[in-house]
Amino acid sequence: MNAIELKNITKTYNKGKVLAVDDVSFSIAEGEMFGLIGPDGAGKSSIFRMLTTLLIPDKGTATVGGYDIVKDFKAIRGILGYMPGRFSLYQDLTVEENLSFFATVFETSIEENYNLIKDIYVQLEPFKDRRAGKLSGGMKQKLALCCALIHKPKVLFLDEPTTGVDVVSRKEFWEMLKRLKAQGITILVSTSYMDEATLCDRIGLILGGKLLSIASPEDTVKAYPEKLYAVKAPAMYKLLNDLRSHDCTMNCYTFGEYLHLSTECGEEEIREFLAESGHTDLEFKPVTPTVEDCFIRLLKVQSDGNGNKSK
Amino acid sequence: MRPLWFLLQKEFRQIFRDKGFIGRLFIAPAIQLILLPMAANFTIKNINIAIVDHDHSTVSQELADKIKSSGYFKLTGYTDFNSKADKLIENDKADIVLEIPDGFAQDLIKEGSKKVAIEVNAINGVKASVGFGYLSGIMTDYNNQIRMEMVEPTPLPAQPDIEVVPSFWYNPTLTYYIFMVPAILVSLVTGIAGLSAAFNIVKEKEIGTIEQINVTPIKKWQFILGKLLPFVVMGAVVFSFGLLIAFVGYGIAPIGNLITMYTFLLVFLFAILGFGLLISTYTETQQQANSLMFLFMMVFNMMSGLYTPIDSMPQWAKIITHLFPVSYFIDVMRMVVIKGSGFADIRFHILYVFIIGLVLNTWAILNYRKTT
Repeated sequence: MNAIELKNITKTYNKGKVLAVDDVSFSIAEGEMFGLIGPDGAGKSSIFRMLTTLLIPDKGTATVGGYDIVKDFKAIRGILGYMPGRFSLYQDLTVEENLSFFATVFETSIEENYNLIKDIYVQLEPFKDRRAGKLSGGMKQKLALCCALIHKPKVLFLDEPTTGVDVVSRKEFWEMLKRLKAQGITILVSTSYMDEATLCDRIGLILGGKLLSIASPEDTVKAYPEKLYAVKAPAMYKLLNDLRSHDCTMNCYTFGEYLHLSTECGEEEIREFLAESGHTDLEFKPVTPTVEDCFIRLLKVQSDGNGNKSK
Repeated sequence: MRPLWFLLQKEFRQIFRDKGFIGRLFIAPAIQLILLPMAANFTIKNINIAIVDHDHSTVSQELADKIKSSGYFKLTGYTDFNSKADKLIENDKADIVLEIPDGFAQDLIKEGSKKVAIEVNAINGVKASVGFGYLSGIMTDYNNQIRMEMVEPTPLPAQPDIEVVPSFWYNPTLTYYIFMVPAILVSLVTGIAGLSAAFNIVKEKEIGTIEQINVTPIKKWQFILGKLLPFVVMGAVVFSFGLLIAFVGYGIAPIGNLITMYTFLLVFLFAILGFGLLISTYTETQQQANSLMFLFMMVFNMMSGLYTPIDSMPQWAKIITHLFPVSYFIDVMRMVVIKGSGFADIRFHILYVFIIGLVLNTWAILNYRKTT
């Protein structure tokens, strides 16, 4: 049985004027860590809010743990842990009070499920009498995760859990998720950080409410059809314009200190073209695409498909 | 039921942690009940009067002295030019001008009557009408006095005289604070209970904690009850504290039964908390709730009979006041505290407020469901 299943889920806002989620179907196996990757406004949070029974879809059906999200919402609330994108615990209660409050409303106690949160809670324990509002960003995230875990959920929903958290804390956070996954908890996580995507079992790229692709990060990367090069030259802006004007170029964009170029032509042809254009000190090397490259490619394909063909 | 218990624990913990709220709970009643009735007093003193005396007789002097010694008036001008007195009104130095005509004393004795002119600055309507009332009283009084002194006593009264002897029931001295204090107490309970409940619920929306609550097995009715019950307690605390201040500060001991009052208080809190809940379902932030509540509190205070009697309002306004639970409570408080009314006298008040409460709460709960 799949832990989460969506069939043709559609959600609109403002009486149908704003299409937030457009006919999305996918399923997540039990114990899987699934990442929803997409920019702000892609529809990630809407999907989360529907699966956590906070919103009712306009069309389609979905199940969490085998329960229907509309009919059996009460049963789902007993088995899910949800960490919204925004810190939403009681800022005027202490760390311990927040945790024990959420434990008691699920009719359990901190002690009962302590083993599940132990790794995270030990870091929080020195601050357990501090009010939640006075914690640092990373600590807040850890507390929110603890509160979402305290009733031993079967499915964990994490909506952009690492947004606004420093790199070290982000890394720690993902370590924790791995350990939770090892305990058999199904995790659906959304992020707009592409580097985090590779840590998931499978990722779904979502844009404008549409799910563009679902695959493991490796397969997503392997499915990149064109050749990809990293190019660098002293005159970067001219280089970008020149490459974009070349007929073979599918897409060209800045990527860190390099330009990433996906092209249908061979390496030699491009080098010749650039030499003719007067570029010297050229750095030119083939690279393996990252998830971000795949995402940018899908963006491009989609916007071209919509008729705004541009180079 | 157990989740409700935990919710209540959490609510009280948060309420007691909010030092500002506890302060407001006790300081607001103290300030409003002690300062307001003393400051907002309809017994107007220090009415500025200017006298234009064209007569300069002992009679006119005597009249002026009588006015001065009444305690209500402050003589700010004594002149024999009309234009000077008019200037005083224009410059806001005089509220009332009394003009005593030339030959006042003579004509009064000779002809038995003489007209005087009174000009009133009506910018402040209350001051104008009250001042005019006092002055007319003094004039009548003085009239009788000189009639006794100057006119030859006759064996029989020359004309039949009707003398009015007022007797003010329930508040014999017409003491202002006796009917203001119970009403201000109502305004306080409305503010503390209704307002705070609305803010409290909206705060959960604003901070996002309501999302976290909504994904737990806590049921909607448990959440709502968990929010409203603490404010029933807070409302009762403020009410009791206010009654204590009324007793200690003003010696107002309710003539009626305390059980009658607290029963009505519960029905009232049911209605006003329903109103707070309704406001909270229509707003997303505390800022919005605040401005909406400000509007309603303003209307409640002005139209519920707190300052001006409902009976003197136009028909459309009367109908509106009948929709406010606040106006019923003010009425009940005055009835029970001053008159000693019992359950039988306020049974329709209880019924109406209960119906209003039922409508508000049903509306709020329906709307609450729709929005989440």
